[in-house]
Amino acid sequence: MTAKRIYPIFKREFGAYFVSPVAYIVISIFLILAGWFFFSTFFLYNQAELRNFFALLPLLFAFIIPAITMGLVADELNVGTYETLLTLPVSIRDVVVGKFLAALAFSAVMLAPTLVYAVSISFLGELDWGPVIGGFIGALFLAGAFAAIGIFASSLTKNQIIAFIIGTAICFILTLIGKMLFFLPDSMLGFFQYISADRHFQNIAKGVLDSRDFLYFISVIFLSLYLAALSMREKF
Amino acid sequence: MIHIEHLTKRYGETVAVNDVSLDIEKGEVLGLLGPNGAGKTTTLRILTGYLPPTGGTVRVGDRDIRTDTLSIKEQIGYLPESAPLYQNMLVYDYLMDVAAIRGIAPENRMARVRELAKTCALEKVMHKAIHELSKGYRQRVGLAHAMMSDPEILVLDEPTSGLDPNQIIEIREIIKAVGKEKTVIFSTHILSEAEATCDRIVIIHKGKIVADGATEELKQQASGRYTLSIKLTGADTAACTALFSPVIGVNEVKTGAPEDGQVSLMLSCDADTDVRPDVYRIIRDNDWGLLEFHRESRSLETVFRELTKEN
Repeated sequence: MTAKRIYPIFKREFGAYFVSPVAYIVISIFLILAGWFFFSTFFLYNQAELRNFFALLPLLFAFIIPAITMGLVADELNVGTYETLLTLPVSIRDVVVGKFLAALAFSAVMLAPTLVYAVSISFLGELDWGPVIGGFIGALFLAGAFAAIGIFASSLTKNQIIAFIIGTAICFILTLIGKMLFFLPDSMLGFFQYISADRHFQNIAKGVLDSRDFLYFISVIFLSLYLAALSMREKF
Repeated sequence: MIHIEHLTKRYGETVAVNDVSLDIEKGEVLGLLGPNGAGKTTTLRILTGYLPPTGGTVRVGDRDIRTDTLSIKEQIGYLPESAPLYQNMLVYDYLMDVAAIRGIAPENRMARVRELAKTCALEKVMHKAIHELSKGYRQRVGLAHAMMSDPEILVLDEPTSGLDPNQIIEIREIIKAVGKEKTVIFSTHILSEAEATCDRIVIIHKGKIVADGATEELKQQASGRYTLSIKLTGADTAACTALFSPVIGVNEVKTGAPEDGQVSLMLSCDADTDVRPDVYRIIRDNDWGLLEFHRESRSLETVFRELTKEN
């Protein structure tokens, strides 16, 4: 696994997002939904903060990010370009990492316009920048975790729709499990609390930068990408 | 240069490649022939490091495909069947990307892509998206993709399938030109194509090699024999076999099913002796009625058909 081989793959995937209309549609949907849900109640709270925006983000990401990643492997398997790609001097790991970085970079591009919210709100009142910066950093980690899960889902099938549904399902579970602890057995509470992506993200978004929260996201990324590579290796 | 030993590939119950051993020399143009589903594609996929073999070894130089996959891939240019390429990309962008993955230095990429565009006659379509191209052009883009790093070994899976006769000739010309210096392995089920372009032909059937030899050799083998088919009345099979077998030049006497007192015979004969006068003399001496008597020379096609017949 070397940067020399990962970079061309990353570049190709990232560029490929912008030659098809799908990317622009996904970005638009994300910005419309995020803007609508956030600002529809923003003025009612009368608080110069982005907390509600970040509360919303995991749920939005849970179905937007798998839409970004759904074709990354599934489409290659479907069209057959997988064979063309893997007989070039690259390893499966190079491919997985390159695609992951492309999806992450695309998510960052998608998230970038929402920085405007922070700037414009800072004109309205005294904005506490700590949680805002934490929130955006956390959002990148969250996007990374969901993108890795999405790539894993994409590697399971030739069908993009199925990849999207599997990816969304996993991301939704990780997002919502923290809110459903009430229904779960007491003995497992700690475990379910720990795997809740939403909880770790909200910790970071509070501006509390705890290494355990970052470790959670990094573990999810590594595990998902590892599983994706395993599943790709078995695709013959 | 390439040593394949006892290569086997199974998919569950089905055996796609069954104990194939093959040595391919540097600079050879090798045609892999066989009916559809014979195991050609699987063999090539294993050779290019795409599929892991179930058993046996593939070595390129002194490196094993299982352990040195990456460095072998660097040495091989591969065009999969029907050239699957990224449909949305422009030809130019695609080739530049391949150049990057192939590790060509940024300052040399443009020159290399230009050179290939010229070799593969792609200049007119460089600015087009791949999905807009005709099949012939797509195949040529695939060929440029395979030749990008000027690899020692070029592997092409049915490079001419689905092309029109003009395009087929163009692709063949490219293969021939490349084959002067490089090792080229390509699969096809068109005999004349293999005949026209290859130094060596390997016929594969049901995962096994059934013939292997230089094109000329196989042709000679093919034309080295001919079949004399005869239909007689008033004769019996046993007597015919007994009388025709000793004739000089007759290798084998095959008898067909007798019907209405007729006996049909197939004599397999050496090309350099004409057995017809002798055979006719026997027929005349025995006073049999002669219904049919003709000589069929065997072409590469009949060899192929005989070797790859079902069961």
